[in-house]
Amino acid sequence: MGEKRIIYMDHSATTYVRKEVVTAMIPYFTEHFGNPSSIYGIARESKRAVDAARAQVAKALGADPEEIYFTSGGSESDNWALKGVAYANRKRGNHIITTQIEHHAVLHTCQFLEKGGFDVTYLPVDKYGLVDPAALEAAITDKTILVSIMYANNEIGTIEPIAELGAIARARKVYFHTDAVQAIGNVPIDVKAQNIDMLSLSAHKFYGPKGVGALYIRKGVRIENLIHGGGQERKRRAGTENLAGIVGMGKAIELATADIAGHNEKIRAMRDRLIKTVLVEIPHTRLNGHPEKRLPGNFNVSFEFIEGESMLLWLDDEGICASTGSACTSGSLEPSHVLLATGVPVEVSHGSLRLTLGDANTEQDVDTVLAVLPKVVSRLRAMSPLYQKESAGKPGGSHV
Amino acid sequence: MYSETVMDHFKNPRNVGEIENPDGVGEVGNPVCGDIMKIFLKIENNVVVDAKFLTFGCGAAIASSSMATELVRGKTLEEAWQLSNKAVAEALDGLPPIKMHCSVLAEEGIHKAINDYRVKHGMEPWKETSTHAHDHGDHDHGEDLTCGH
Repeated sequence: MGEKRIIYMDHSATTYVRKEVVTAMIPYFTEHFGNPSSIYGIARESKRAVDAARAQVAKALGADPEEIYFTSGGSESDNWALKGVAYANRKRGNHIITTQIEHHAVLHTCQFLEKGGFDVTYLPVDKYGLVDPAALEAAITDKTILVSIMYANNEIGTIEPIAELGAIARARKVYFHTDAVQAIGNVPIDVKAQNIDMLSLSAHKFYGPKGVGALYIRKGVRIENLIHGGGQERKRRAGTENLAGIVGMGKAIELATADIAGHNEKIRAMRDRLIKTVLVEIPHTRLNGHPEKRLPGNFNVSFEFIEGESMLLWLDDEGICASTGSACTSGSLEPSHVLLATGVPVEVSHGSLRLTLGDANTEQDVDTVLAVLPKVVSRLRAMSPLYQKESAGKPGGSHV
Repeated sequence: MYSETVMDHFKNPRNVGEIENPDGVGEVGNPVCGDIMKIFLKIENNVVVDAKFLTFGCGAAIASSSMATELVRGKTLEEAWQLSNKAVAEALDGLPPIKMHCSVLAEEGIHKAINDYRVKHGMEPWKETSTHAHDHGDHDHGEDLTCGH
């Protein structure tokens, strides 16, 4: 294969770590390795660094530093928010509202809580993946204690009307949590203005390291601990701090939120060229997600008559990293619950492709994908019995 | 995740396409499950003289179709009927456990095409004797349109 450039278009899966972030982290592995809970000098430097990172994360969200709790990542934050609120507010009620398109970190946690006697309402979404605020309003009962709705969807990129949904929950005195793992650095966030009580984030989605995240918990929210043990994080989250990771996340979120509009503009322009060209040049394709209310780097498309994994294998052969909602790569043989919730027919969901652009991409990358993708699609369609049927049904329709 | 042989048969699939006026055709799987295989056989004097396929599916499904059509070419119908999904998977130097159903689909496709030929020629269709239709996890490609989920 030679020295082919790797075209990374899977930024929603994870990102590389920025050089500035790595540089900021390194001293906390080697010199300033002290346990932030210890008393001596090098530990005080560790404590100072954790506090500084907490301030950086708080600033990016419009929160107070005391409202930021470091965790191991998005999944832990989601688990903590849901289980913690559920068990701390059980006397008030046992009803939780979420959506059908949440990440599994939320969905599977809700299923776990159902086994423990909680009732969960899974709000549907429209064909673009949007939650209807009126449906949330209607679903709230006097037993409802928590609403959890993601800020932006990881598969189709749809951005939910979070401020409006948060206002509804606030008016009904129900806690509002949002999984903002995909949103950080792509959407301006202000937890106070947007009526957010809890917010999950994960550093490796915004050019920070893996294995570190945070949960914002508004002052006054009643929540149980998830990780029990030592007194770290003001006795809310036990475990010695992931010091270098926390430092890296602080730096990464500062960089990611410094110029959201400028950063988005460049990525959105590349992404829009990709969408426009693919939809025009390749027949039998459909855009998944919302045409405008979507993450700037997200392109999710379904190609009829072909299956996603075979597409990914060919793209990988050309050095292009992408992902699919097809069952055949999930390890579970279930197609994407998100695509199904938006009404994509199950057979078409198998032919979905997600390209998520980010800082690693250039206009040349877009050119390469646009050169490769139509060939991959027509090669697979040429051997698809479904496509042969489709062609046979049309006059003169042998397009191989 | 895939062996070199699987990748070779995926990237350079043998016997892709349709046979004009085939003697036997077998279509198995369904689009809801994410894989459909259509096998075409040309049969002369009880021997498979040509085998081709069209497949909608993942890398393992395409490679299994390619290998199965290779393996039945030149075989008598009795020999071709004996081709097991295990033999297809072994010839591919193995398939990941979750992809074994792709080799089952290939075996079923060959069987269906052979029986299509037999019925067209006034013979009794042969009966499936193996039980593997249900040993591929929760992914049942029989007549069940729900993929056994």
